[in-house]
Amino acid sequence: MNCLEARALLHAYLDDELDAARSAEIAQHLSACAECMVRYRALEKLQQSLRVSQLRHAAPAALAARIRAHLPEETRVRIQRRSWRWPALSAALAASLLIAVAIAGWQAVQLRAQGADALVTEAVSDHVRSLLASHLIDVRSSDQHTVKPWFDGRLDFSPQVKDLGAQGFELIGGRLDVLGDERVAALVYKRHLHMINLFQWPANGASSEEPQEQTRNGYHAIGWREGGMQFLAVSDTADLNAFVQDFRAAAPLRSEPR
Amino acid sequence: MATRAQFEANVMQHLDAAFNLARWLARNDADAEDVVQEAALRAFRYYDGFRGGNARVWLLTIVRNTFYSLHASSAAKMTESYDEALHERADEHTPDPEALLSRASDAAQVRAALERLPSEYREVLALREFEECSYKEIASITGLKIGTVMSRLARARERLANELTGEETSP
Repeated sequence: MNCLEARALLHAYLDDELDAARSAEIAQHLSACAECMVRYRALEKLQQSLRVSQLRHAAPAALAARIRAHLPEETRVRIQRRSWRWPALSAALAASLLIAVAIAGWQAVQLRAQGADALVTEAVSDHVRSLLASHLIDVRSSDQHTVKPWFDGRLDFSPQVKDLGAQGFELIGGRLDVLGDERVAALVYKRHLHMINLFQWPANGASSEEPQEQTRNGYHAIGWREGGMQFLAVSDTADLNAFVQDFRAAAPLRSEPR
Repeated sequence: MATRAQFEANVMQHLDAAFNLARWLARNDADAEDVVQEAALRAFRYYDGFRGGNARVWLLTIVRNTFYSLHASSAAKMTESYDEALHERADEHTPDPEALLSRASDAAQVRAALERLPSEYREVLALREFEECSYKEIASITGLKIGTVMSRLARARERLANELTGEETSP
């Protein structure tokens, strides 16, 4: 790794956003390059000074009370507004604010309403991003008995982890991810040079759904639902169908529901 | 309709985080309190749409949207209109580490330097350094791409370092 590459990733390294392999490369570069090390130390110092500065503002005690006093007790209560501070907030603007908050504020509603389309797009970009640099794997192991317990402490559901080595899909690890603001488990499998991200999270409702394939920018995405879990596999490999079949057919590693 | 007990348990506990973000955006207590109050009431209204993800991220998203909506003059900043490419590598020189170290230990100077930054820098720094949000959480709150979060944070820190070591702008 040269200085240019190292500097591009220095902030992500400082923020602990790199996977273990990249972190190790940066650490190695820093130990050999005094100039980058000075730069890194300055960043580190800046971060520390912000964190110990007590510049984080705590909410005034009276604010919580004020909010509680304004919370409606019944369904149809107008939001109180201290209009003297922001006069001339017209009804139209107020309506557009509500819409803006409704749209930007909670994408999951949208996602469910619009079907899986946006979610698939997000999953594909997650997949691509996970390959690019920062964050493919949090737990690196080909052993399902290592990967599964790692998740169990970090999610409020227990993802299915299966060993598909015999079928030619090597488990290389897993990580936590977020899709549509939900925390999901991402398992990473490898077939030759192709990476497969398998996302899973608890499904709403008990019904099952057979695998459905979509493509985005040359990537394949296959979603299905079974056993109360939603699955979404993403890869550029044409073997993704085989992967999904093999995953569904393989015996799960059992663990107690949490 | 959300029950107040659920709302208390999941949302009200993040009031400090909400206020901190609003305060760094608004830069004064009165406006920050109004933003948070407005945001909390909106959060309560929309609580039915909240499906048990990260309540703090959800509330911070609403706080940010509320701030930019109420401060219409800053509303343009809400979108990704800020041209990252124009600012790419604009600031490659390293600030003098020694000057930085002495200034950075003075909280009053750090606060003043932070407040001189544009809001798009203040918000990513407040989220990262004070709320310790991950890049992904910041991306979710601000609606930015994760790569943009990373580059914006890098530039925010460079600007902050320069504010601390460079000439003071007149108060």
